[in-house]
Amino acid sequence: MSLNVSRRSFIVGSAQAGAGLVLGVSLAGCATDEGMSSDTSMPKKGLEANAFVSVATDGTVTVQIKHLEMGQGTYTGLATLVAEELDADWGQVRAVNSEANPEKYNNLFWGKFQGTGGSTAIANSFMQLREAGAAAKAMLVAAAASSWGVPASELTTDKGQVFHSASGRQIGYGQLAELAALQKVPEKITLKEPSQFKLIGQKLPRKDSGKTNGTAVFTQDIQLPGQLTALVAHPPRFGAKLKSFDATNARQVPGVVDVVQISNGVAVLANDYWQAKTGRDLLQIQWDDSKAMTKGSDQLMAEYKDLAKKPGLVAVKTGDVDSAFAQADKVIEAEFEFPYLAHSPMEAMNCVVQTKQVGGAYQSAELWYGAQLHTGDQMSVAKLLGIEPAKVAINTIFAGGSFGRRANPASDYVLEAAEIAKAYGKDVPVKLVWSREDDTRAGYYRPMYFHKLKAGLDSKGTLVAWQHRIVGQSIIEGTLFEGFLVKDGIDHTSVEGASNLPYAIPNLQVELHTTKVEVPVLWWRSVGSTHTAYATECFLDEVARAAGKDPVELRMALLTDQPRHRGVLALAVEQSGMKGNSDKNKAYGVAVHKSFDTYVAQVVELSKSSSGFKLEKVTCAVDCGVPVNPDVIKAQMEGGIGFGLSPALYSEIHIDNGAVRESNFHDYQVIRMRDMPKVDVHVVPSTEPPTGVGEPGTPVIGPAVANALAAAGGPVERRLPMKTPLS
Amino acid sequence: MFLWLSLARKALQLEGKYVISFELNGSKVEVDVEPDTPLLWVVRDTLGLTGTKFGCGMGLCGACTVHLNGQPIRSCSMPISAISEQSITTIEGIGSDSALHPVQQAWIEESVPQCGYCQSGQIMSATALLQQNPTPSLQEIKYFMAGNICRCGTYPKIQKAILKAAAQLQSQNSFESESNISEFNNYELAQEVTS
Repeated sequence: MSLNVSRRSFIVGSAQAGAGLVLGVSLAGCATDEGMSSDTSMPKKGLEANAFVSVATDGTVTVQIKHLEMGQGTYTGLATLVAEELDADWGQVRAVNSEANPEKYNNLFWGKFQGTGGSTAIANSFMQLREAGAAAKAMLVAAAASSWGVPASELTTDKGQVFHSASGRQIGYGQLAELAALQKVPEKITLKEPSQFKLIGQKLPRKDSGKTNGTAVFTQDIQLPGQLTALVAHPPRFGAKLKSFDATNARQVPGVVDVVQISNGVAVLANDYWQAKTGRDLLQIQWDDSKAMTKGSDQLMAEYKDLAKKPGLVAVKTGDVDSAFAQADKVIEAEFEFPYLAHSPMEAMNCVVQTKQVGGAYQSAELWYGAQLHTGDQMSVAKLLGIEPAKVAINTIFAGGSFGRRANPASDYVLEAAEIAKAYGKDVPVKLVWSREDDTRAGYYRPMYFHKLKAGLDSKGTLVAWQHRIVGQSIIEGTLFEGFLVKDGIDHTSVEGASNLPYAIPNLQVELHTTKVEVPVLWWRSVGSTHTAYATECFLDEVARAAGKDPVELRMALLTDQPRHRGVLALAVEQSGMKGNSDKNKAYGVAVHKSFDTYVAQVVELSKSSSGFKLEKVTCAVDCGVPVNPDVIKAQMEGGIGFGLSPALYSEIHIDNGAVRESNFHDYQVIRMRDMPKVDVHVVPSTEPPTGVGEPGTPVIGPAVANALAAAGGPVERRLPMKTPLS
Repeated sequence: MFLWLSLARKALQLEGKYVISFELNGSKVEVDVEPDTPLLWVVRDTLGLTGTKFGCGMGLCGACTVHLNGQPIRSCSMPISAISEQSITTIEGIGSDSALHPVQQAWIEESVPQCGYCQSGQIMSATALLQQNPTPSLQEIKYFMAGNICRCGTYPKIQKAILKAAAQLQSQNSFESESNISEFNNYELAQEVTS
């Protein structure tokens, strides 16, 4: 495919640089693929083709990664896109985190805003990074052509080499790099046809190395000269404020350097974690609970249930549900309840901040952490310190998981680190560390939701009406994403997955009640689909049972105009062995759902015996367009299924009198290896533009399990986590 | 508990300081820290070996797993006073760049890590498992590894990598002893688990 790339952002950037080359973007202390410490021998400068690609004189290709690597494989996937069009040798490619810069490294779907989320990295980068790689290749080829005095059209490239077959000559990219830097940035480049791909579609070794020998650097591992570690005592109840505190005992702990007040509690600064934690736990604090939340989650759920009796704001309306229900032969109803959920990544929230003052005035700040909403965090810290966002430098490093938690528009933990540094007042590096208990209790949960569904069947059992009412807090209201994602009072993330129900139902209405509660909420891997997929896919099975229809056949009949839904469902069903199963002790459940433009179907196989139900196997089919790295896609489906099984079976955050009941992995339980079923993933071959895979595997597993349980004669689980134990 | 207290007392008696010595990855080290400091924080903050991770601080997640005299323990809830004159091995001590441990090698070949934060602990548990049981069944792997949480959900790949490493270790032993051990059974099992 050929295209004019002059309008593309990176080329524009190049042109503005005047000499046709964008200068390097290495920040002091910027992490490398091996982490911060080990790579002192940076490759020598050669070709810096554009904001994303450089080729050193030793042949090393460096790809600037603007997205956060939190396990989803973005280092590998994005580097693959560059390497493909560059015809690079995969072994010579390294990925590094780019600087935070909303002009150069913005998420193309989010305007001038850098960040990672919504499973957008591959979709964002598929053209951008291929063009970047192709442009670099064109400059290398031009250099070889000029060096050899032959037309560029006679040259070919492969694995980091340029070849001239007519004369039998070949030369490595590294040797060409300096000459290539003198070539013009191409105005028109040609991208490969999918049939020409050599790396896209292959299993390639991952580029986020250092994760098997302890050398990969996470925020927790940052140790800068003079650095202090800070732990914070937060108010136990949401909405409470600090009244007074006595730090006498805390200050006597050896290693404790200072105790400071911040907006959301009291911070203890010490030379290391254990000292800071010991000191923090000795603080005597009086909280002002006069404005603290008094309700609990049980009371909230009862209120939500009452609210659901009334009509909400209409998010989508097709036909006329009221008259359809009036004429229906059979009406069925069901209610679903979903609790608050913590993200609980293995690495609890943390952030390192170093401020710089001149004459008592803040000049700049430098941060080290797994940044996920770079631009928002820059703005937040800049506002706190009274400086420009561009003066907040971010060294993005690997995150030990996130699942949405590090992408907080409120920048909560980042601002907390900066507040502590400001309150302490000296320009030393401060590392804020949350304990697991702090992380579990500090809020920003997947909101609690109540769903009420109603379906109407005609005399033939055809589904003619569907009403879906959702009650819960808005994730987006009050954030800088409000303008994009809240329309006419409807937070898109509250209803996504329900408002775009793929099934052909003539009368459909989705309504929303947005509640105001003091509990801070946030997106959680697969966002709205975490609850809408469960409610819709479980309820559809209830409809099938009421209509006496097979759940797969009913879905296929309602998905006439949805070939990709049908494709994944048919593939998963075929591969699962559910058809033709004659074992009475086995039962199957299916669910299919699209999120973030990726289609996933899952079939769960349950066995039943005198000891109960056992989760045996999950068969998963995924259609994410061009599969850039099938092994990473499979890993994300396996991981997404594991992540989705936790809330289906175990996880729940309770609020009692405004305080969080759970604290650590003993009472906020997540799936462990002994309970993980076998997972069999099938990737649909496709030439459609690629879409993300980090989130879409998660929402499908819960309803597939519930549907299997009901099919096995177990209870219909309408409240998560399910009560029925699955061994 | 009594053992810990008596060891703590012994450590305290040394020149009136809280100096505790132990062996870390084959080298003797001495540290001067509060005796209740968990081994995890001594290894990470005092000695600067950051491969061992902090996950929960209560021995619930396994991210901090190290070996104490060859046995897997949760270093986040083991006071340093209990480690006096004992031998500790961390992720940094089980292989080298030139000779990775077969478990590490299998982890790389199977592309196990996602975020990677729990993987040091997973690998330390897996190496301990294979020392105790060179030919674990899938069920034995699932139960032995149940103390190590991975939020990314790398469990299927971990299972495959452990079976692969087991086959590799068996193959090595088989070569060394020129005897025929059932590595093929394990390898077939590995195929079956993930095919």
